[in-house]
Amino acid sequence: MQTFYSDLLVIGAGLSGERVACEAAQNGFKATCLSIVPARRSHSSAAQGGMQAALGNCAKGEGDNPDVHFIDTVKGSDWGCDQEVARLFADAAPIEMRRLAAWGVPWNRVVPGQSFYFKGGEKFEKYEKEENEGLITARSFGGTAKWRTCYTSDGTGHAVMCTMDNRCAQLGIDVFDKKEAISLIHDGDKCMGAVVRDLRNGQLEVHLAKATAICTGGFGRIYKATTNAVICDGGGHILAHETGLVPIGNPESIQFHPTGIVPTDILVTEGCRGDGGTLLDVNEERFMHIYEPEKAELASRDVVSRRMTEHMRAGKGVKSPYGEHLWLDIRHLGDKHISTKLREVDEICHHFLGVDPRVELIPVRPTQHYTMAGIRTNKDGAVYGLKGLYSAGEAACWDMHGFNRLGGNSLAETVVAGGIIGAKIVEFLKGYETTFDTGVVNAEVKRQEERIHDVTHGRNGKLNVYEVRNEMQEALMKGCFVFRNKEGLEECVQTLQGTMEKARKVGLVSDGVGANHELAAAMKLEGQVRLAMCIAQAALMRTESRGSHNREDFPERNDAEWLNRTLAYWPEGADMPDLKYEDTTPLFELPPGDRGYGGGKIIPADEKYVTERTVKSPVTEIGKKK
Amino acid sequence: MGRQLKFEIFRYNPERKGDVPHMQEFILDETPNMTLFIALNRLREEQDPSLVFDFCCRAGICGACAMVINGRPGLACQTKTKDQPGHIVLHPLPVFKLVGDLSVDTGVWFREMYAKTESWVHTNKVFDPAKEEERMDNEVAEQIYELERCIECGCCISACGTARLRDDFMGAAALNRIARFVVDPRDERTDREYFEVIGNDNGIFGCMGLLACEDVCPKGLPLQNQLGFLRRKMGITAMKQIFRKK
Repeated sequence: MQTFYSDLLVIGAGLSGERVACEAAQNGFKATCLSIVPARRSHSSAAQGGMQAALGNCAKGEGDNPDVHFIDTVKGSDWGCDQEVARLFADAAPIEMRRLAAWGVPWNRVVPGQSFYFKGGEKFEKYEKEENEGLITARSFGGTAKWRTCYTSDGTGHAVMCTMDNRCAQLGIDVFDKKEAISLIHDGDKCMGAVVRDLRNGQLEVHLAKATAICTGGFGRIYKATTNAVICDGGGHILAHETGLVPIGNPESIQFHPTGIVPTDILVTEGCRGDGGTLLDVNEERFMHIYEPEKAELASRDVVSRRMTEHMRAGKGVKSPYGEHLWLDIRHLGDKHISTKLREVDEICHHFLGVDPRVELIPVRPTQHYTMAGIRTNKDGAVYGLKGLYSAGEAACWDMHGFNRLGGNSLAETVVAGGIIGAKIVEFLKGYETTFDTGVVNAEVKRQEERIHDVTHGRNGKLNVYEVRNEMQEALMKGCFVFRNKEGLEECVQTLQGTMEKARKVGLVSDGVGANHELAAAMKLEGQVRLAMCIAQAALMRTESRGSHNREDFPERNDAEWLNRTLAYWPEGADMPDLKYEDTTPLFELPPGDRGYGGGKIIPADEKYVTERTVKSPVTEIGKKK
Repeated sequence: MGRQLKFEIFRYNPERKGDVPHMQEFILDETPNMTLFIALNRLREEQDPSLVFDFCCRAGICGACAMVINGRPGLACQTKTKDQPGHIVLHPLPVFKLVGDLSVDTGVWFREMYAKTESWVHTNKVFDPAKEEERMDNEVAEQIYELERCIECGCCISACGTARLRDDFMGAAALNRIARFVVDPRDERTDREYFEVIGNDNGIFGCMGLLACEDVCPKGLPLQNQLGFLRRKMGITAMKQIFRKK
């Protein structure tokens, strides 16, 4: 068995993982990244739209600053975020975008003079100032007060991922691909690294490190319909969660994207609507402006997804063999716009639908998209429950997104949080030495060898991995989707309890030798069902509607009782998650209020509670004016 | 609809004792809008869970699922079965090391390529977080992005005559990578420095001009233009060096 040692072990080599690793390497520490696919294939590279940062360089971004970005983020989160974290993020974002520019990202730049843009199907004119020529420009995204989303055509994630991976190569960071961490090595107090399965030959290896960071992205693949890549299966969450010491923060907080294409659920970017695309119903009529007169198609994702579902329920959906859907219309944007700024969309339509978006409508429906839920960390990115364990990016519940994240804030979070948390890890490494208990290491390796042996030889049972997984995915689609209610959630929990039993009894059909996929799927199945159960149980308990969490039986946002964050622990040997709660945020720069979109009643929080925690900030005044 | 598809798939698991490379047949009913992503996953989940292949984004943006589809390298996720005959033959990409069945090791190949081409912006400037970003012409930014659209699927390498003949040939992906830095004003490398990297038979002068690289590129990158551009540039650099020696 090979053993590797480094100062920082990063599990996951997407944008946040590599950004964290860069920070450590730049400060003289040895960083290793593990990834189940070559780093540039990470799901970060699929993000088309862009990264939010209040640079305020372009005409429609004038007057933007981190305060306004902060307000949008807090409102977007439906006051579910940690405001200290949102502040750290908004302040650091512009610097991080400039840093990326210095490292090589070809951001689109301000072109002076007259140009046109669309909003709600109408054409408008704008003038870019001469003096801003060549500065990083921005586009419009849902839920933002200013044009703030930095982008490179429609391949922002891809371009930034290339640059970040180049940076890793330059710094000499070991980025190993086709390596999957299958368990954390810990002694109940501190984390020492991970047991890793090589996906080329199936061999196990040990990676020891002073600090470990889990940056494995979201876990959308536990849903049947998701925009996520097939690698976004919760592997990283399961590692932390199954220690029994680490909670999943806000598991009920799952985002659905309004525009997954039907039937493959591939995402077409929010940029479509940002650039002026419209949503149409079965009669090819616009409807978003009826529900949301001010923001229409540009309301935040949770709102648009909900309105689309409502509209389909009202009988205005388009019937198809794959269920009902609506239409996305970008025909009026014209050939030039579609073939440059929305080229990926154009390609997706051609390759996966056989549709020409210049003349035809795109079939879309809400689809699972993002997990605000994640491994709970404090504002330094340190994971609750284990020393030396960190998490960043979508994998983490660092909690700047609360109950709904805004488009362009996730991709920005990967690098901004990666930078901030990377710096905190460097601080930790500077003041920390440790010893590795070989007894603990060997015991963990043995445990994993036994698990593999048992599942390979059907020692626990012979249930089919894929069938059990399917049952879990269907249960979530049925009970934990855009709309939720008591009956549906109770049924979902009950179904999942049965699925849990089955997950413990799977056995391989194949021999499990080498780069075997069935084995990889089987190893994480029980952990996935645990995550699913956390979602359902937490959603059942949260008797309010906030952000993406919509209870039909509790339509109000209930700040009086639910201005808190769920922490879902899974004690060893338990059959149900143990739910605990903590305050949403230690302080308010922006006291709870109306988001300005999405409707719904608010049951206010105790005035004294809010006043005591409200701090003086420029934001409090700006927030009131809106 | 209602076609029955016959798949003939290359099988070999180098980790399984006594395994020999062979072709295996599968039968699958075609469904509407079926892609090879849907088909292969169904084969694995319903017929043979030992089948090894790679998918990641399944949306044509990550490059994981490149394979030889009826004799031609391409992305399996964006290959619709209705555009293929009823008999679909699948092989792993050549040139790259085989992991098993249809999966090859592109990761290590490309990592080595980054090292050879020193795939990063070479500059002496130090980033100052307090300063405004350095300005750039938008057209230049778009030009760089055009060349950065490579998804490292490896199709161009496996379709390349020279790469099939010699292991050390850098191939279109690497030359395109160099071109990306040549057009980037932030990179301070000179033509002579680029010449050191690609001005030889492993690089730009090894290309036989068959241009299959561009034919099979799933992103439609202008690889042919880049080869021409670099060859001209490197030719001039070579001439300059000869005259300088006099």
